[in-house]
Amino acid sequence: MAISRNEVEKVSLLARLRLSEEELEKMTSQMGAILEYFALLKQVNTEGAEPMAHALDVSDVFRPDQLRPSLDRELALAEAPHRDAECYLVPAVLGE
Amino acid sequence: MSLVDLTATQLLAELGSGRVTSAEVTGAYLRRIDEHDGQLKAFLRAGRAAAMARAEQVDRRRAAGGSLGRLAGLPVAVKDVLCTAGEPTTCASRILENFRPPYDATVIARLRQADAVLLGKTNMDEFAMGGSTENSAFQVTRNPWDLERIPGGSSGGAAACVAARMAPLSVGSDTGGSIREPAGLCGVTGLKPTYGRVSRYGLVAFASSLDQVGPLARTAEDAALLLEVLAGHDPRDSTSIDRPVPRYTESIHRPLESLRIGLVREHFGEGLDGEVEAAVREAVRVYRSLGAAVKEVSLPHGKYAVATYYIIAPCEASSNLARYDGVHFGSRTDERRMSAELEAERRELERAGDQRRLADLDNPLIRMYRRTRSEGFGAEVKRRIMLGTYALSAGYYDAYYLKALKVRRLIRQDFDRAFGEVDLIAGPVAPTPAYKIGEKIDDPLAMYLFDLYTVSTNLAGIGGISIPCGFSREGLPIGLQLQAPPFEEERLLRAAHMFQQATDWHTRRPELDGGNGAA
Repeated sequence: MAISRNEVEKVSLLARLRLSEEELEKMTSQMGAILEYFALLKQVNTEGAEPMAHALDVSDVFRPDQLRPSLDRELALAEAPHRDAECYLVPAVLGE
Repeated sequence: MSLVDLTATQLLAELGSGRVTSAEVTGAYLRRIDEHDGQLKAFLRAGRAAAMARAEQVDRRRAAGGSLGRLAGLPVAVKDVLCTAGEPTTCASRILENFRPPYDATVIARLRQADAVLLGKTNMDEFAMGGSTENSAFQVTRNPWDLERIPGGSSGGAAACVAARMAPLSVGSDTGGSIREPAGLCGVTGLKPTYGRVSRYGLVAFASSLDQVGPLARTAEDAALLLEVLAGHDPRDSTSIDRPVPRYTESIHRPLESLRIGLVREHFGEGLDGEVEAAVREAVRVYRSLGAAVKEVSLPHGKYAVATYYIIAPCEASSNLARYDGVHFGSRTDERRMSAELEAERRELERAGDQRRLADLDNPLIRMYRRTRSEGFGAEVKRRIMLGTYALSAGYYDAYYLKALKVRRLIRQDFDRAFGEVDLIAGPVAPTPAYKIGEKIDDPLAMYLFDLYTVSTNLAGIGGISIPCGFSREGLPIGLQLQAPPFEEERLLRAAHMFQQATDWHTRRPELDGGNGAA
């Protein structure tokens, strides 16, 4: 297999996912099959090919540095699952 | 003839002449939705009251002689991937089930400015990831031509509602074929514009270098009408291109002269269904009878397009979907249960004296992210996030992502070379007609391989259109794909219109049971 269960578990932490035992098993075999298929690209001679990150060769787009209204704080916070009057709230990460 | 049988262009003329009101048209479509959508499930939500109120408002303005927009009074359905201010925008995902965006997507604002009547939001594969609409967290949309089959995806609801005469026009998005493939499988016309032609502002991001918004309609003429409204530069999307939008609805009536059509040698190989091949070859014969010259061309890197796409798109997706963290918007896991779970794990590890795993135990914030995302995302979205995260992780970046970007360049160069010899490339949209619901759900690779004819359009950043070109013996629609060089939407639409003037495949409509809409 192209990827081990252990690797899949590590990637799930990087991806901020938590997979059940059953999901881990299925993910390992499905990712394995897909990664094996990706090996097809080894056939392609890409020497000298400029990586194409974007469909358009546009250069940087500038706009005047002018002050404009941005999203109102109340609107920005309106969809937060947990908040107070001015902040997003998250579980404590520091100290005990 | 009932109102829902008229094309958008015909409806616009009827509305303009005062022979019919928007309230009548909108009412007719809403009734059609009430009758059939219980069975088809193309809409996640139809905004009945809001649509009627809007229609009546447009009618009043028309009666008072006020100035009206380009789509005045015409109902339009919108894929639930486009932000509508203050109204649910779910991307067919649990994680956005209750999300109400604080602003309109630019294309939504353009539709409102054009005085369109927004009918409702259509179903899709979760976050536009999939080709069957089976990945919706909420419902499975059925193909109006055969209720046991998929409508295609990810814009499955968008295509099904047009095919079933539940909307005259609908807006979809296409990252790897998500407009063209469902259009092909449902027998409607769907156009994926050149990257940069339509603003992506407020389009919930899947793969930002590939995503593009476009029209689905019954005819090329109607698609031209809708594209004219959707297209154009937007200062809020720095990848939208600042060049004039042609009058597609005018130029479409001029047939293309001395048209050169390319047939891709590699398209007619293994895996292509015989009936699809026959329909495509017959369509090409129609073009020949209209004066086109047909030439064989080669896209030698085409066979690598699926692998390239399924590296690049998940990489971009894994990065884009990092925003769903249970903090800023969207759902969050139950924190009390999350804390209890963590505490239990800690005690268990302490009892076992497992210092290594104790040190690795998630802190509460990380565990909140992980539980939120695992509960909120479906299987296919998780798979793509995992693939993308893996391919971008240390040690694999060069072998997967960088390699794929280089192959992407070669794929684009193939198209550039081919378009030196021909004006358009014609071929199949999908290798077979619509398959059965559930048939490929446990085989993601088979699902991905179904996209082989559409993904290269997005990788190259060019435009493509799907138009009906026949039916299988089982009565399932078959689509013809046309591809053109960048910003040649006029050419695509004119060619599609030529075909629709010479054939009547696009006028066929599925037989639906009457009934009260019970599933």
